Amino acid sequence: MSRIVVLGTGAVTPAGWGISAMMETIDAQRAVEQTVLERPTDQGASITTPVAKVPKLTDRSLLPKSPRLRRASALGKYAAAAVFEAMGAERHQAARDGDLRVAVICTLMNGCVNYSNRFFGEVLTDPSVASPILFPETVYNAPSSHLSAVMGSSAPNDTIVGDGAEWFAGLELATEWLDRGDCDLCVVVATEEMDWLSAEAMGYYSSSLLPSEGAAAVVLGREGDGPRLMSIPDPVSYAEVESPVDAMARLWRNLGADDNGRTLWADGRNGVARTDQAEDLPWHGPRISTREFLGEAMGASAAIQTVAALEWLRTGRAERAVVTAVGGNEAVGGAVFDAP
Amino acid sequence: MGCGMVENAAGFRAGRTAFREVDLFDVSKQRVGSAGQAELPDRPTLAGLGRKAWERMDRGTRFALVAAEEALEAAGVRGSMPVIIGTSAGAMPIGEDYYRVAKSGDRAGQFRRIECYQPQRQMSQLMKSVGVYGPLRIISNACASGANAIGHAFQMVREGKADRVLAGGYDGLAQLVFAGFDSLQALSPSGVPRPFDAARDGLAIGEGAGFVVVESLESAQARGAKVMAEVLGYGAATDIHHLTQPNPEGDAALITMTAATRMAGLEPGQIDYINSHGTGTPLNDVAEAAAIRRWAQGDSRSIRVSSTKSAIGHLLGGAGAVEAVICLMALDGQWLPASLNVREIDPSVSFDLVQEPREAKVEVTLTNSFGFGGANATLIMGKEGRS
Repeated sequence: MSRIVVLGTGAVTPAGWGISAMMETIDAQRAVEQTVLERPTDQGASITTPVAKVPKLTDRSLLPKSPRLRRASALGKYAAAAVFEAMGAERHQAARDGDLRVAVICTLMNGCVNYSNRFFGEVLTDPSVASPILFPETVYNAPSSHLSAVMGSSAPNDTIVGDGAEWFAGLELATEWLDRGDCDLCVVVATEEMDWLSAEAMGYYSSSLLPSEGAAAVVLGREGDGPRLMSIPDPVSYAEVESPVDAMARLWRNLGADDNGRTLWADGRNGVARTDQAEDLPWHGPRISTREFLGEAMGASAAIQTVAALEWLRTGRAERAVVTAVGGNEAVGGAVFDAP
Repeated sequence: MGCGMVENAAGFRAGRTAFREVDLFDVSKQRVGSAGQAELPDRPTLAGLGRKAWERMDRGTRFALVAAEEALEAAGVRGSMPVIIGTSAGAMPIGEDYYRVAKSGDRAGQFRRIECYQPQRQMSQLMKSVGVYGPLRIISNACASGANAIGHAFQMVREGKADRVLAGGYDGLAQLVFAGFDSLQALSPSGVPRPFDAARDGLAIGEGAGFVVVESLESAQARGAKVMAEVLGYGAATDIHHLTQPNPEGDAALITMTAATRMAGLEPGQIDYINSHGTGTPLNDVAEAAAIRRWAQGDSRSIRVSSTKSAIGHLLGGAGAVEAVICLMALDGQWLPASLNVREIDPSVSFDLVQEPREAKVEVTLTNSFGFGGANATLIMGKEGRS
């Protein structure tokens, strides 16, 4: 891997739209406010699920202007806002003007569940009147398609689907594209949205999990100033190493980072003992567990951890950061970044 | 069309079609009731695949498993290798079941449905079942997913990041997806897709899987493996015209075809056969025809093109991989599959549209895949020794 630099970061979380709202919440070690999703069953009962939702957007300037976003699902808008923040106005305009070839990699676990839920409900009721407006937005790659369109870029665009560690596969793919010269910049974004289907699904894993949503993005390039991506090994697949604890041990060997007391570890722990086990390791340096404050945002959580860690590097609070996540049913993944 | 390379090759060579009434879910209220619904294969006898694991697999994963096993068996390899797989719908039918049960408020069996709905869980089980382990990458670029997966594998091997990669694509029929295409009025009301016909009126959905083992020539030769073909070029680009409609002039398709031929070191006139994306929708075919015309730069009359979606339907996330495998069949058997049921060729067609299967000398093939959202991909493969 050649020199890969993080040129920008962006985030949308239940703490608010933008990185500053997110960091305020993490630094204050304050959990975001919970709301309750309530829905009736066909039998007339009511099911309630506590969730952490992204607040309504009040400042429209945080979203790029594009007709593509008019009907986009919530996660499409979260992704667009995170990427817009990460790109910055100048780079965004350069991409629009055709001066930058910007590739897009979008990583997801759950995808456009709101539109899928609504569309399938219509199909079961009467498919002959199911809305043709909803269906295209149910497709996994709709958000990433919108991003390329918003930036006016025909450079490669991939959506990759996986568990909570898929984000790292996205970062690794971005380094391939940059090394090969397929693009000038590569945006990597992970985005998820919440509705009752996914919120209740999470409850089957643990009642302690707080279902959450949001997006986080990084802009990677080969030149410029910013934190450097130092190591992005292949995620360790459970098809190869079945136990997450053993898979994490192998990942650490491949990451090439050590516990020198000055390295930040942005881990993926979410307060559930069974899933935290693989990361419940002693650590002498600073450590943040963003999911404990922002909830479990599935595929987006590892990206949120990464952006928080990069913010530590950017502000001089650490010289090196390790980010890891333990996926539910595919792999563990991680990356190492150095301060500029 | 059938299960395995032999049955499929025989079917395409004979010009058979594979459309039938869908009986997997209720289509009585849909505009269209037929599709390329495939026969689900029997559970293969594999050490890593128990009865329970097979039962927990969704329809698409079962197709993928059978195709992946055939590819690995033909290649004579197992063990450590990256796996790159394209799918559009994943295990959607299991998600549909989860939705129905959740609506009722029942909880029985729901944890299993949630787990098995996730494509990475299904593909991890597939890997265990066929005795392959390594990093897994699932690409979901709608209808270009399978071609992208093989393209990624090619790049990974080409750049020395892996000696070999298991790559492919799959999708099984799912009610949500079927109804979705019907809601867009993209399905042919007659159930007979006619790609590049002047009066074409839509596509037919299909299902299935295609897999290949992409390996460096040195590695394959060192272990004495039979090389089926060489991957010569790959191009990927994004059509930003519209979420569901291609640029009418095929701009992104032109980029991918040009990039792939350049990488292969070939001129358009050296391509013996194009397996087109050719869905049979009015907009797709005219855009692809324009792209081929522009790419060939006046040399398109002799270029032979067909769409095998006319025989098996549109396999969505599996389409690009299956169509790449059909190109391998053509290279191996020296014949061309046809665009069936064409009555009057669309005026946008400037190339030699293959309307009946024919014997031909085939040294180099090109296949196009274009997806919802604008993911475009082109793969070029040739007989061994071309590079």
